This record gives sequence, structure tokens and C-alpha cells, in this order.
Amino acid sequence: MNNTNQFNRRDFIKLAGAASALVVSNSGFARATKPPIGRVVVIGGGYAGATVAKYLRLWSLGSIEVLVVEHNSQFVSCPLSNLVLGGSKSINDLTFGYDALKSNHGIKWVQDTVTAIDASAKKVTMLRGELSYDRLVVAPGVDFNYDTLPMLASAEVQQQIPHAWKAGWQTVNLRKQLEAMPDGGVFVMNVPKAPYRCPPGPYERACQVASYFKAHKPKSKVIVLDANAEIISKKGLFTKVFNETYAGIVDYRPDNAITGVDVVTKTLSTDFDKIKADVLNVIPPQRAGKIAQIANLTEKDYPWCDINFLTYESKLVPNIHVLGDSVAAGLPKSAHMATNQAKVCANAIVQLFAGQAPDPAPVFANTCYSYVTDKSAMHVANVYRYDEGKKIMVSAEGGGVSMSPSEKEGAYAVAWAQNIWADTLT
Amino acid sequence: MKSTQNTRFKNSWFKDSAFLALLLTTSVCMPLIGHAAEVSAFSDVQNIHIRQLAASCAACHGTQGNSVAASGDDGANAVLAGMAPAEFTEKMLGFKDGSRKATVMHHHAKGLTVDEINQLAVHFSQQKRVVTTALKSQTLKAGHE
Repeated sequence: MNNTNQFNRRDFIKLAGAASALVVSNSGFARATKPPIGRVVVIGGGYAGATVAKYLRLWSLGSIEVLVVEHNSQFVSCPLSNLVLGGSKSINDLTFGYDALKSNHGIKWVQDTVTAIDASAKKVTMLRGELSYDRLVVAPGVDFNYDTLPMLASAEVQQQIPHAWKAGWQTVNLRKQLEAMPDGGVFVMNVPKAPYRCPPGPYERACQVASYFKAHKPKSKVIVLDANAEIISKKGLFTKVFNETYAGIVDYRPDNAITGVDVVTKTLSTDFDKIKADVLNVIPPQRAGKIAQIANLTEKDYPWCDINFLTYESKLVPNIHVLGDSVAAGLPKSAHMATNQAKVCANAIVQLFAGQAPDPAPVFANTCYSYVTDKSAMHVANVYRYDEGKKIMVSAEGGGVSMSPSEKEGAYAVAWAQNIWADTLT
Repeated sequence: MKSTQNTRFKNSWFKDSAFLALLLTTSVCMPLIGHAAEVSAFSDVQNIHIRQLAASCAACHGTQGNSVAASGDDGANAVLAGMAPAEFTEKMLGFKDGSRKATVMHHHAKGLTVDEINQLAVHFSQQKRVVTTALKSQTLKAGHE
């Protein structure tokens, strides 16, 4: 679109806003041609990216053109992927296509990898082409930072020592290693320094592997080396499960950051010990996704993206919005949170294209389940609302965790997954 | 375009529906006006604040309250689309004040205001019930990371 047209379009949108009540009855005329009122490119088809694409189309009544750039052809859910390690789910239970999302909402889709973003020209460069945008949404998830563990950076080494912190073939690989491990073996895993994707995830993983060992390899051990001073999510509940359900199996060690890894012998170093593993799982420290780094959406000394919580627009680069795990927030990096951010952002972008102010006080809820056995789960749930003074989302009164894990909540967790998958992908 | 012109546009030109019809049929620019207006009008009537808060419930209750996994016996993951406002409000206020037994919902209801609960009740009652099923999963392909 050239400059003259853009000028006209913005003016007409303002006019239309003022006269909406009168014009709306004539919308039948408009529907015949439907020229878009704006074009949004979304980088990333995870929970945040897929959700913002869908809700931009829904809430603009199809008037915003939406293109998603995603390098994978399938969506694999991180939530529930620890159950693959426990053995009660297969990766194929957690893998979905994008076809329904695309066709139900008229979302344009490009399977490619973004290599550069030119914010002044509003242009995205990919391996096989370029896209221009009016607004860009960046939802790249997390990037692993191997600065302190350079020996783990290569794909070859990750065949031996997977992170399995992005659900996919590494998850399958880690499960196979656990299956191949003889009874009496030692599984060693770590918890990286917070913030990282899915705060309760590492502790859930320890429970899932312990659940598998308890049933099939009862002489085996799970050693958890936590870089943090304590369990950082659902602490009381996980402590009880470690000490009771998995007494003699789980050995949890707080304040134990990994300082080195001998990849040949699978031996970890900490400030206190050297620990040899039969199966080793290192979850590296994390930072905002690569695209966020490429687009200069992070500052040098802080690896996450500062955004405006009313619009999710970057505080560093105009017209670029950031969603999901890359966002700098004192909020859990969870799938439900990513979809919430996506909906606030979609709402705001529709308003901005229509020349209107975004919601000044968004409110949303987060529910997060963790499985402690193959069937039992427990939750943490909170409402979050925008604090005008602090200009961030803060948790409201009344949130909390389960009294104890239960099979009932295990069923709720499955229903959560089915609903969030359908909401995100259809 | 200046706001004074906006006002003039609204108050005089658009009141003349014959002129509006002429404009719509003769100007190539008019579809732009019509469509943008439709969006903003939608925003006004639907209350963008509540539509986003309601959409937050979708992780457990489905898009626009159409849960794909309502587990019949204890009312968990209930379908909210088309629920009578009185039923919604009674349940949520019960979760909020503790008079109604809850597993998870008290942690949400206590964080919402009575006004938000009332508005959510109206919002969900207005959503169309669409029977949907859980998404079908696929076999993970070799090329995935």
C-alpha cells in the first residue's frame, strides 16, 4: 500500500469511528469487497501466536489481514509433554495441525524462518521471501542460553543430553533413554535459574520420571539440582509429593546450580559435587526467543522484552508487539498466560486500527495444572488485573493452589488441555 | 481529518441517509468506511473489556464458552455459552463467598468483582451454543524440531 492510500485509510477509519452507529446498518455493502483495514504479521505459531492470529480475525470481523510465519509444520504442546516421560501419553497425543485454524478464520500462513526485521521499513525478511506489515506480533517462545554451558549447545550432544524443554523429538528421545535405562540407574535433571518457561514444569517432570521408576524400575533414583534457593511453584505440594509419594526415589537439592558437564561420562559439576548420571537432562538457562533478539526487542543486560501491558507493544520498538514467554513480566511463563496476553493484544490492535483507545484495565485468569502421577494433578489459579500505578499485571486477591493432588484434578487437567487446544487451534 | 470535521460529518452528512446511500454506491473508498465502522461499532456494543475477560475462561471452558470437554457429573469445565445469567451469577457468587463447594473456581471467583461476574453472566448468556469436539491429534513428523 502506498503512502497516499495509507493516509486516506487512516482518515476514513477516524471518520467511521465517529459515525459508526449510522453506518453499521449499511455494512452489507462493505462485506462485498472487504479491503483490510490493516495487515498484521505474526511470527510464531505457538500458543500466543496462534491465539493472537485467531482473535485478530474474530474480533476485527475479518477486517484485519493476518499472516503467520512459523517454521514448523505442526504444533506440539509443551503442556502435558512431561506425561510422555512418565509414559502415560505419547507425543502423538500432543501433536496437532494448523489446517482448522487457517481455514476457519482465513489466516494466511507461511512456513518459513525469519532472518531479519526492519522496523523502520516495517518489513520481515525470511529465508524464502519478505513480508510487509502495519503491525508485527513477535511470539517466539524462549531461546536457550548456552553461554555458561557451551558443551551442550550442539545438536549432536543434545542427542545424548536432551533438554526436552520444547516438546518434540527431544521429548521422545528422553523417554527412550529412560526406557533403556536399567533398574537401579540414576536420572539427573536440573532446574535453571528463574525466570524460565513453565515454573512448575521441572518439578512436574521429576514427579513423572519418579512415577515411571516407582512402577517399573523401583531401585532407580531421580536427582533434581535446582539453581534456585527453593521450589519456585506449588512449593508445599511438590515438597510433600517428593517426601511422601516418592520417598527414597526423588532427591531434591536446592541451591545447586550446574557449573559444568562432562558430556562423555554424563557427569555434572556443581559447587559442591560431581554427579554421574545414567540418563541426564539439562534444561538450559533461558532468554527471549531469537527473533526478539534479532529485532532488538531486548536490552543488553536484560534478556526479556519490556512491553506495555495494555497493548503488548514493545517499549523499545514501535509497532512491534511481543507475546508469551519472551515477555518480561513477573507472571508465570505458561500457555494459559500466553493466550491471555494474545487476547489483550488482539483486542488492543483492533482498537488501534479503528483509531480508538485500548482497554485501560485488562483482567485475565491463569490456571495451571501439574501432574504428580500418571493420573493425579494439582493446580495453581489466579486472576490478574492491570495496576494503573505500577503499569503491570498484578495478581488479585483469592488465588491459590489445590489442597492436595487428586485424580479429579487430573481429569480437569485433560479437559483444560482439550479446551485450550481447541481454542488455540480451531 | 480534524475532530471538528468529524463532528460535522456525523451530525449533518450522515443524517442524510439518501446521501449516504449515494456515497456508498458511488465511492470506491466507502467500503473502507463501512468496514472499519462495523469493527468499531462491534467494539462498542460488545464491551471489549468483557469480551477479553470472557475469552480468558476459554482455556477451561472453550471458545466463547463452548467447552469441548464438559465432564457431566460434577459440572466441571461447564459449557457457559447460553447459560442463563441467573445460574451463572448464583454459581459464581457462591464460589466467591465460599457457600458453594469448589475445586478450582473459588480461586477465580474471589479475584473477580461482583460487577465483572454480572457482566460475564450476560456475555456468556448471549453466546451461541455450538457443539464442538476435541481436536484430533496427529503423528509427529520427522522434520519437527
